[in-house]
Amino acid sequence: MLPLILEQTLNGLQYGLMLFLLAAGLTLVFGIMDLINLAHGSLYMIGAFIAAALFQQFQNFYLAVVLSILLTALLGALLERVLYRRLQTMSHLSQVLATFALILVANESIKIAFGGQPLSIELPASLSGTVNLMGEDLQYPLYRLLIIAVGLAVAIGLYVLVNKTRMGMWLRAGTSDRVMAATMGIRIQPLFTFIFALGAGLCALAGALLGPLLAVSVGMGEAILIPAFEVIVIGGIGSMRGALVGALLVGMIDSLGRLAMTGLLKSFAVSGAATLGATLASMLVSLLMVAVLFFRPSGLFPARD
Amino acid sequence: MSEPLPQPEKSATPLGTGLPSPWAALAIAILLAAYPLVMNALGQTFYIGLGSRVLILALAASALNLALGYGGMVSLGHAAFLGAGAYTAAILAGLGMNQAWVVLPSAFAAAAVLAGLTGAISLRTRGVYFIMITLAFAQLFYYLAVSLPSLGGDDGLPLTERSKLPGLRLENDLSFYYFVLGTAALVFFLLYRLVSSRFGRALVATRENERRMAAIGYPVFRIKLLAYTLSGGIAGLAGGLLANLSMGVTPHTLTWHQSGILLVMTILGGSGYFWGGLTGAAIFLVLEETISAYTEHWNLALGLLLLFIVLAAPNGVMSFTGFRRGEKA
Repeated sequence: MLPLILEQTLNGLQYGLMLFLLAAGLTLVFGIMDLINLAHGSLYMIGAFIAAALFQQFQNFYLAVVLSILLTALLGALLERVLYRRLQTMSHLSQVLATFALILVANESIKIAFGGQPLSIELPASLSGTVNLMGEDLQYPLYRLLIIAVGLAVAIGLYVLVNKTRMGMWLRAGTSDRVMAATMGIRIQPLFTFIFALGAGLCALAGALLGPLLAVSVGMGEAILIPAFEVIVIGGIGSMRGALVGALLVGMIDSLGRLAMTGLLKSFAVSGAATLGATLASMLVSLLMVAVLFFRPSGLFPARD
Repeated sequence: MSEPLPQPEKSATPLGTGLPSPWAALAIAILLAAYPLVMNALGQTFYIGLGSRVLILALAASALNLALGYGGMVSLGHAAFLGAGAYTAAILAGLGMNQAWVVLPSAFAAAAVLAGLTGAISLRTRGVYFIMITLAFAQLFYYLAVSLPSLGGDDGLPLTERSKLPGLRLENDLSFYYFVLGTAALVFFLLYRLVSSRFGRALVATRENERRMAAIGYPVFRIKLLAYTLSGGIAGLAGGLLANLSMGVTPHTLTWHQSGILLVMTILGGSGYFWGGLTGAAIFLVLEETISAYTEHWNLALGLLLLFIVLAAPNGVMSFTGFRRGEKA
């Protein structure tokens, strides 16, 4: 039993950290630009597809990951210049609609470009082994540990960026009061473009890293978008700390909840316990969000009031 | 209160907005009543089913319009209420109950109860949090429908036969259309009475300035909750009709994509305009039908069109007509 719990805890940590990569971008964009970007998941999908296409071209995993991050970041910056800058001054409703439209456009464009078939990314041999944990009891894939390490590194990097650098100071100033920050001489427009490029790059990182584990397919953006939104709502929109706490909470509840629910259902001899357990775990996450908002209508760590 | 409050300027309070002229209503009614006869004469009976679909989704979009356009509550979870009505109809049919006068009010009631309960929690939050909590509730019911074997899981529930009314055979597409039209007419009449009543005006005023309404003593939370509940109920009624039209219900009705489409219809037509829901549903479904005939990438066209609408006509198609709408808060 114990190895199973440890395995699910590590899985939860891995899922949570990947969610954090998306949630960090979402929460920065919302915090500083006051913009709801439903199409954030599409950037994740596009990043994964670019990585898969590059991988098929060059058969080099690392090159595919790095190039996909750069290209998606470029796309994010471009989108900010062309579209998001205009949406920023509009109502939240218009933002929801326009970014919903972007999801449709992105999904169909990917379908046209790559066909409806999912793509796959193969791991290099050096990353595809397993590691023995707890003696011989648990053989955990090396690659998943690597994902955890990358996720932690990015979280630390973002912490340093936001709290210790001049850029981070501008970001925090912009989040707490955009107009005042601009008045005090912070050049806010290039900052927006930077945030968007950063958020898009993080999306691509998550998409490319998860590529070898999941099938790279058209619906993947929406599958992760809703949990990512739940994360930032639970954490408090605009708060980086909230995004990290929320992401880990959601990741853990999803994987440990799945384990618990599946076990519970099996003990009642319910058929199809595994899939049912997964759905129930997703419900638990939605319930958590509802409960958090019930007691704290602005999330756990409100960035501003 | 001894001192009367300063009266706002006339143009500042859009209390008269969103109220159609009776002539417009009459023209629309005649047009919709004649539509299937024309299609029959042209031999295009397929389009009668499309007409029923337009009317049903017009009801759903108008329900959302009540919450969104009149009440200012941006709900990204109305698919839950549409689905609640549809599942209610399918469950009742499975139990052998297929009298329309039981099925449809039940669909309304089930969705209204759901909207009342979730609304009581959701309306504690504001802005983006409200959008997200409505989405979370809808996801909750989506997962519930997918995971409960008694709700049919991924396959949903089939309807063995359409609901019945004494003296009316709804199996026939033509009579079903007129049944839907009759229901829609009744709902639109009641909606008209609602938005032109004191309650409707208080709702619009709450949308415009909630703090002020609270300060002058209106129970803003209850006003919004009631509007949200009614909105959910009407969406549920539309869901009950939808299950009858498509002879069943699948969890797809509950997806957030469906919630998004309802928002799109409402905005496309013009939120806060009385005929916004009907206009939006009609334009959306006719466009879908037309464009799908030429290309399988209908969603690409829809996305681009939607982007154009948001950037060029954020107040919807109805804003091109002579009706004026007050400044948005």
